[in-house]
Amino acid sequence: MSATGIGAAVRRKEDYRFITGKGQYTDDISRPGQTHIHFLRSPHAHAKITSIDTASAKTMPGVLAVLTGADLAGDKIGNLICGWMIHSKDGTPMKMAPHPAIAHGKACYAGDPVAVVIAETLGQARDAAEKIEVDYEVLPAVVDPAKTQEAGAPQIHEVAPQNTIFQWHLGEAAAVDAAFASAKHVTKLDIVNNRLVPNAMEPRAAIGEYDSGTQNFTLWNTTQNPHVARLVIAAFVGMAPEHKLRVIAPDVGGGFGSKIFIYPEEVVCLWASKKVGRPVKWVCERAEAFLADAHGRDHVTHAELAFGEGGKMTALRAKTIANLGAYMSTFSSSIPTYLYATLLSGQYDLPAIYCEVDAVYTNTVPVDAYRGAGRPEATFVVERLVEVAARELHMDPVELRRKNFVKSFPHQTPVIMNYDVGDYDASMRKAMEIADVNGFAARRREAEKRGKLRGLGYSTYIEACGIAPSQAVGSLGAGVGLWESAEVRVNPTGSVEVLTGSHSHGQGHETTFAQLVSERLGIPIENVSIVHGDTDKVQFGMGTYGSRSGAVGMSAIVKALEKVEAKAKKVASHLMEAAESDIVFKDGQFTVAGTDKSAAWADVALHAYIAHKFTGAQLEPGLKEGAFYDPTNFTFPAGCHICEVEIDPETGSTTIVGWTAVDDFGTIINPMIVEGQVHGGIAQGVGQALMENAVYDKDGQLMSGSFMDYSMPRAENLPPLKIDTTVTPCPGNPLGIKGCGEAGAIAAPAAVINAITDAIRTENLAMPATAPAVWAAVRAAAPALAAE
Amino acid sequence: MYNFTYHRASGLRQATNLLGKLDEAKLLAGGQTLLPTMKQRLAAPANLVDLNKVEGLSGIELQGRALVIGAMTRHAEVASSPVVQQAIPALAHLAGLIGDPAVRHMGTLGGSVANNDPNADYPAACLALAATIITTKRKLIADEFFTGLFETALMPDEIVVKVSFPLPKKAAYEKFRNPASRYALVGVFVAKRPSEIRVAVTGAGTSGVFRVPAFEEALKKRFSPKALDGLGVPADGMSSDIHGGAEYRAHLVGVMAKRAVAAAME
Amino acid sequence: MTSDVQLATRPADVSARDRVDAAKNLVVSFVLNGKPLSVAVAPTELLADTLREGLGLTGTKVACGTGDCGTCTAILDGEAVRSCLMLTAMVAGKTVETIEGLAGESDIHPIQQAFIDTGAVQCGYCTPGMILAAKALLDENPKPSADDIKEAISGNLCRCTGYTKIIEAIDKVANAVA
Repeated sequence: MSATGIGAAVRRKEDYRFITGKGQYTDDISRPGQTHIHFLRSPHAHAKITSIDTASAKTMPGVLAVLTGADLAGDKIGNLICGWMIHSKDGTPMKMAPHPAIAHGKACYAGDPVAVVIAETLGQARDAAEKIEVDYEVLPAVVDPAKTQEAGAPQIHEVAPQNTIFQWHLGEAAAVDAAFASAKHVTKLDIVNNRLVPNAMEPRAAIGEYDSGTQNFTLWNTTQNPHVARLVIAAFVGMAPEHKLRVIAPDVGGGFGSKIFIYPEEVVCLWASKKVGRPVKWVCERAEAFLADAHGRDHVTHAELAFGEGGKMTALRAKTIANLGAYMSTFSSSIPTYLYATLLSGQYDLPAIYCEVDAVYTNTVPVDAYRGAGRPEATFVVERLVEVAARELHMDPVELRRKNFVKSFPHQTPVIMNYDVGDYDASMRKAMEIADVNGFAARRREAEKRGKLRGLGYSTYIEACGIAPSQAVGSLGAGVGLWESAEVRVNPTGSVEVLTGSHSHGQGHETTFAQLVSERLGIPIENVSIVHGDTDKVQFGMGTYGSRSGAVGMSAIVKALEKVEAKAKKVASHLMEAAESDIVFKDGQFTVAGTDKSAAWADVALHAYIAHKFTGAQLEPGLKEGAFYDPTNFTFPAGCHICEVEIDPETGSTTIVGWTAVDDFGTIINPMIVEGQVHGGIAQGVGQALMENAVYDKDGQLMSGSFMDYSMPRAENLPPLKIDTTVTPCPGNPLGIKGCGEAGAIAAPAAVINAITDAIRTENLAMPATAPAVWAAVRAAAPALAAE
Repeated sequence: MYNFTYHRASGLRQATNLLGKLDEAKLLAGGQTLLPTMKQRLAAPANLVDLNKVEGLSGIELQGRALVIGAMTRHAEVASSPVVQQAIPALAHLAGLIGDPAVRHMGTLGGSVANNDPNADYPAACLALAATIITTKRKLIADEFFTGLFETALMPDEIVVKVSFPLPKKAAYEKFRNPASRYALVGVFVAKRPSEIRVAVTGAGTSGVFRVPAFEEALKKRFSPKALDGLGVPADGMSSDIHGGAEYRAHLVGVMAKRAVAAAME
Repeated sequence: MTSDVQLATRPADVSARDRVDAAKNLVVSFVLNGKPLSVAVAPTELLADTLREGLGLTGTKVACGTGDCGTCTAILDGEAVRSCLMLTAMVAGKTVETIEGLAGESDIHPIQQAFIDTGAVQCGYCTPGMILAAKALLDENPKPSADDIKEAISGNLCRCTGYTKIIEAIDKVANAVA
């Protein structure tokens, strides 16, 4: 391993600009003549818009335009779309309701844009927005996914009776029913997977600019996938032909899924920039972000796990209602289906699984992927069922898991996935050792002396990452392929630029991708630049989500590097006048086998461009190659997280006192960066388990609409995290990478809740396990414990 | 925020005059509550009178058997003051629990008591320690000063100058934080004074900070956590929101009171 | 002392409740990153906006605007404060440090170096505020405990790192200054 190659904890190349305040995020960009836009949003969760009077707003100082949904429709700007088709079990397609970028005729959630003001300054735009008179006919609202399908519930969209988008299923109902009929034991759970607000620290932002000379649009946007944004805005929204629209994602301050989607605001900024003939800038305010960013999770599930003799799992069934909010966001339909039910086998050899999912509309902001996206929900179902079953069966939760682990690979689950490789027991053993599980009983006794309840919880999770084989996802309804592209440009001096369709918004691609190039070409990492986030530079790409950038994005770079190397060998053969088959490339040197002839990388690069040693008939000049990599399977990162908690029964407050994570991510490019990804994932998972909750009141008003009311994890909420890995390289891609970005968020919630329920000895506890929730659970289960 | 006229007062008399003379005028102290409220367009004073350059409003002094703290004294100064730590350690402890360091560096004692946020910490200290709030017009005892949610006895042109805290024999503050806002979900300040015992509760009540006479009487008989066994406050009158129900808050009042008594005895 | 009272003027045709982009009629002098300067600002202008828009110092980020996240942290007379909850008028006569002032001509500050060395930066958006909160802490308390560090950044939200490596970075600087 070289100091900057694969496996080295290389310091991040991108950090210098961030630690000196020189990062360039969308809000840091100002365009000449730029104007500011303010979105007037519906204060009502569900209302007919009977009239909008913009006359007095238009006369306010500095106002350039006041635009409404009618103007948008008049200009034939298309609706936003959901790009993944799901069919119900009866074969009917999902009921996708029209989603205009500005509500027209009806507002469907509190925060739905109803008009915009473009003005010289933001203050002027806000002032003018206060002069817009909107008449609403307020309609009853529904926010609870468990109630929205009821007869008599308010109907949100005509196309979707009973607010039902689809009723989908996966697996074999008959086989599952048979297994349950003969089960020796059945564990049942009702689970609410709480609704979350992603809250990347950088708020979303967009600048739209129209050049009337070239008729080109440019969009600077906080997006995780600029090419997908361009494709949707061109092909579906119809703003401009794809080649007349440039999307730039500059430095992006975190995404966690929430910046994958194509939102109304960027569409409106582009459209308005042409209307006013000047650049239009929007920066989301935090209170606005709570209302307008896609939320995550929000499932209601009943799940059952059947056992045969001796704790052998025989079948699992689940019925889930997934809240997709008021409109279908870009990938929303795929999250509670193919990213959820397909993981219900967990790490276990489960012969039969059946899952039904109803996706529903409610008068809430759309729900879509949030770190983990479907897989945290699946892991929570499986790992809670297993832990509760162990308690019911009076078995050690470790032994119950071990007995049921998948042990031979490849393993075909009953729910599509084919696990390629893994060693689940190895991760669990290592985690137990680090967590000192053997010493837990003594620690628990010691805590009891202090009046505290101590608990230990496991989560042996699996995820499907490296998203995803295009043909496979196409057969499941995806509207796009999920390959990745790369282009390796070698300069005449030997330095290298890699253009990638992956997008880094905190993951450190400028470092990890450069490590790969440094190792493969034997050149200093300083001589490598990673270029991403601009549709004018990178030909196409699918962006970053689903822990795919290493497994898929880097595989594309490997392919392109192989082509570059092959071409460079041809150049070297002419340069050294040797047969191409005799050229050996190693550590940045080309040598001729069996001779002392050699040429450095930079010499060969130079000769590729000066082309003095070969003719055009022999070889094309230049050294630049591109590649598209389409994975052949998902990857399956897995591992074991162990959480130890201490609970103050008097207040119900939970302190996490120990956390051990042993993950199998396959090959690791940069352990420092991987650790950071695991830490961040765990923090978000702990946030979901203990603190975070997006709460709407019955009228559809978001109660937790600011950091004053939505609890974000802070430094004090996390203990020192003990992180380690086991490695079974992924056989499906050239580097053996599985992906690490989502693992913590997927594993953590079940580990926390399993630990708390172990401590308080009742399973009747929903997330988030806030102090009042734990106190109530303790009191309900064991009044004596909770007494003062 | 809406536009306003900015006045930088250099003296208390000038600030008082401006406050009395100007329409819709508000005082700017640390700004940690007022400015976010104005930015969200929930407050729109036409005139803002900045107290930050007013001489003599800031400072900590022991005057006989009382600790006197100027209205513009920042929370961080109170928290780190050796004088406060020596005289009323519970008060220094309380100040160090307010918000976070950035809030404590700007936020002021006067701003906090004048705002009387039902979840703020200082009102509990004032009430439990039987503090006197000294204004430009008069002296008000804490029991008369705090009159309801975000309500005080202050008149429109009256400015808090300092607060005088009589030294207790023992005191402690126990706070259970709202994890989102870091305000008190429930905070209980217990003070054993030469003549009486006071228990003041913030965060929990629907009408702001309040005393618990039943606790005070029990503690007067025996200043020990055990004295509070079996005692509680009714859930009626406790506030209830997404962060905790009334029953939970009522329960926490008892728990935090006991802990405060235990801490005061240390 | 009426000379200290600087009155902003309000155009007669605009009602009291409308925001006008008032004339930048307050001249505020302060020391920014070691250099004295005077800026003309509107009374409503916040320090974060003066820095970002008026002075082009976009290293100060704004992630909530209501004082709840710490992203806009600046150092005022040696103490960490929220530049989004600070009228620029309030910093008259004071000393302000921002992230742009931390690195010397040839060296970066040890805290900046520690953030790189421990992997404490991910998306970078909270980073300037975190570094300034850390600097304010270490300037006052060079040997903080782990709890001191957590308290010092308790008002700074980070969504990427889980704080672990940020705490490690600050601790590393404290221990190196032995």
